[in-house]
Amino acid sequence: MRTGSANLASVVAALERAGRMPRLVDDAVAVARVERLVLPGVGAFGAVMARLVGLGLVEALTERIAAGRPTLAICLGLQVLASGSDESAGVAGFGVIPGRVTRFPDGVVVPQLGWNRVEADPGCRLLCDGAAYFANSYKLDSAPEGWSVAWSDHGGRFVGALERGAVLACQFHPELSGAWGAALLERWLEASLC
Amino acid sequence: MLMRRVIPCLDVDGGRVVKGVRFQGLRDAGDPVERAAVYADQGADELVLLDVSATPEGRGHALATVAAVRRVLPIPLTVGGGVRAVADAAALLEAGADKVGVNTAAVARPGLLGELAERFGCQCTVLALDAARRCGGWEVMVRSGRERAERDAVEWAREATGRGAGEILLTSWDRDGTGEGYDLELIATIAGAVTVPIVASGGARTPEHMAAALGAGADAVLAASILHDGHTTVAELKARLQALGAEVRR
Repeated sequence: MRTGSANLASVVAALERAGRMPRLVDDAVAVARVERLVLPGVGAFGAVMARLVGLGLVEALTERIAAGRPTLAICLGLQVLASGSDESAGVAGFGVIPGRVTRFPDGVVVPQLGWNRVEADPGCRLLCDGAAYFANSYKLDSAPEGWSVAWSDHGGRFVGALERGAVLACQFHPELSGAWGAALLERWLEASLC
Repeated sequence: MLMRRVIPCLDVDGGRVVKGVRFQGLRDAGDPVERAAVYADQGADELVLLDVSATPEGRGHALATVAAVRRVLPIPLTVGGGVRAVADAAALLEAGADKVGVNTAAVARPGLLGELAERFGCQCTVLALDAARRCGGWEVMVRSGRERAERDAVEWAREATGRGAGEILLTSWDRDGTGEGYDLELIATIAGAVTVPIVASGGARTPEHMAAALGAGADAVLAASILHDGHTTVAELKARLQALGAEVRR
């Protein structure tokens, strides 16, 4: 998906290295119909939500994710699935993940830019332990019910990634996480509904 | 816990990797796409590509080089050199950069940093800070190290991060390409003045130099000559850094 300020080239290149031919979309019909959808996110919470609302994509995206259809949300793409964020007070997120996005605490380097450990809960099918590349100042703290979680730590535990059905939401960037990220992307590309 | 990063740096002119000493005397050091793939395979955590073209023709090659590197590179890519406006950054991001570095244009017009951060996020906005020792402190250098900006480097680092720079690529002008080791006092002083990550650059010849920079407060180390000369690999550097007590991705 074109989410406006996101730099898509890295995601497109990673999908092409995985042997796929991605197509850029930004309309509700495509969002509802495509077999696999990637929701990349770089920029600010409020700006990206405004764009998704403006394009009329909230309903189609919410339905996709609720149904567990193959969808990959990256970085801010994960955050907009929550109910809201301290980054843009007063702006509602999709709310498909209960919980609020908060800023990293004082005393750690912000933004978090670099490689951090990811530890997957036993229930994860797609996610596994490894090191992933993060680029974020905000994060989700708690595990939503019904989702399997991989955890990371930066001044406290936070959600590194979530999965449910064929929906994978990563706070880190799988497209920039080397061979480990490429393998995760490959598993998501092969993932079926249940 | 964030791991310490080892970041190879490719200075690119007219589609070729070049490397000089104290920003001068550039010589050929290979094909950027080939170097990028090799370093990624060796375990590089990111790649920095600096467009040091002296001519408009060289500049024209830069976007094509970024796109070609992106196709093979599964790790983050920072691109700097010649970024004067939001549109320049947008073109580099569209070609495949993940982060954009600015130096001269930001010193001339600090508002550029805020514009970049607002449009692309602070995690995408890198301040390239070239600092030269002067009268007990450090002065900002611009135009690829050729010109003094008559600004205090520490004060500029504070202002730039306040305006939205999310990372500082900190180069010691005095040590660049010399192999004498990083300017540790510069690293410690800047790291103490800001909360964003610091990438240390300029002067590394050994893993011990790099470990010292990380110990002084750098989050990452940039390496060019030490790798391009073929004396060592990223994997060897990281093994040595780990033995010296730094947490790195292996």
